[in-house]
Amino acid sequence: MSDRAATFATITDLIEPFNKKGAPLTEATTFAGDLEWDSLTVMDFVAAVEDEFDIVITMNMQADIETIGQLADSVEKLKTA
Amino acid sequence: MTEAAATPHALPTSPETIAPERDLFSKFDALIAEREALLATGVRDPFAIVMDKVTSPTQAVIRGKDTILLGTYNYMGMTFDPDVVAAGKRALDEFGAGTTGSRVLNGTYDPHKDCEAALREFYGTEHAMVFSTGYQANLGIISTLAGKGEYIILDADSHASIYDGCALGNAEIVRFRHNSVEDLDKRLGRLPKEPGKLVVLEGVYSMLGDIAPLPEMVAVAKKHGCMVLVDEAHGMGFFGPNGRGVYEEQGVEKDVDFVVGTFSKSVGTVGGFCVSNHPKFDVMRLVCRPYVFTASLPPSVVATAATSIRKLMHAGDKRAHLWRNSKRLHGGLKELGFKLGTDTPQSAIIAVILEDQQQAVLMWQALLEGGLYVNMARPPATPAGTFLLRCSLCAEHTAEQVETILGMFEAAGKAVGVLA
Repeated sequence: MSDRAATFATITDLIEPFNKKGAPLTEATTFAGDLEWDSLTVMDFVAAVEDEFDIVITMNMQADIETIGQLADSVEKLKTA
Repeated sequence: MTEAAATPHALPTSPETIAPERDLFSKFDALIAEREALLATGVRDPFAIVMDKVTSPTQAVIRGKDTILLGTYNYMGMTFDPDVVAAGKRALDEFGAGTTGSRVLNGTYDPHKDCEAALREFYGTEHAMVFSTGYQANLGIISTLAGKGEYIILDADSHASIYDGCALGNAEIVRFRHNSVEDLDKRLGRLPKEPGKLVVLEGVYSMLGDIAPLPEMVAVAKKHGCMVLVDEAHGMGFFGPNGRGVYEEQGVEKDVDFVVGTFSKSVGTVGGFCVSNHPKFDVMRLVCRPYVFTASLPPSVVATAATSIRKLMHAGDKRAHLWRNSKRLHGGLKELGFKLGTDTPQSAIIAVILEDQQQAVLMWQALLEGGLYVNMARPPATPAGTFLLRCSLCAEHTAEQVETILGMFEAAGKAVGVLA
């Protein structure tokens, strides 16, 4: 499995406990629209991702992350930084 | 020239409706619908209360009914202090209704300088800067202190003015879990070493009324080389030997670089400030846009503030009484069976947690109809999706009033079914 694929898999594992809607998790799945997450859920989920990968996702970066795919890209960039 | 040119333009009596996709208000449709649904059930609007008369810091008339006020930030009851009011009246006579100018141009009068002097005396700092509101103080200081490439690290439960200061500026913004020293340490540890960093903390968090573990948090901030700002909006006046706030009470004065506060709580009027001992602090007067590009406070406002601030330096008796009130109300509500925001009374704010919006509104209304006004708070203002009745005490509440308040809570609680 490539690094990115492994990252994507880890992220979807982290999403599952918060996936009340049971939405399918693809690159294009949106947090606000498809998963219907409120701001508190987003905050808890982002914290879980940060802890898992030992990174910081600033609020500025979060503003640009709308889909799972974009999150995986950001995590990949931050991991190697 | 035609007749038409001589006819004044009138607004259309029935304007054309705008197509929904063009209408900027369409984004509020869900909120409007929710509000209308709530009000259609016949409840009073918690966000549209009008005080017909305000007779004292603790009493008002709302829709003809005498009401005890338990939802103001008038912690020390200074709004009707005779010396404070007299100072305001004198300033109105001497200096007029307003300055009509910015602090950096024609808007600094002697009362503005005197107000900053009073703050320096109260806080024992070299510098004090007065903003037109506390909201603007946070907006200005936070957005200006940390620049592009630098970091602001803030508590997740921070006040809107702190979040908005972050949004207005250009720094990178990082949140940590509310009051978690461990989480603050972890996040600071992941940030790059070189860029400048500002950690923003609050002494008292205004929704649940809980205080921050400042000694541990400030130590962590310093360990990682950050500057520290503490917002003492809800702590000024009754924490610490000089009433400076939670940071003074907890002994971390020498490690706090900036203290931000407000005049709209213990001081009893409106306005905001930042105090500091940083030798370069005064340059902020030239670079803070919410200070430069706005009108300064009316002379009467800064005159009442200065008088109030100086009186708060000697308000030991009031403080003691306020703490007695807080302990009694907290203990009494807990005994009745209400779920409270804190396990022990930590400040003058006591939050009663309800299960959902329905219960919160019914309880709030039952209290109001019974003659008690408290604040109703709901997400996004409240942490963790909670619905709260936020009670804030005043040094002017008598012991008898606190007993009356407990009786009202018991009656409303039973009527609404919150209490068995």
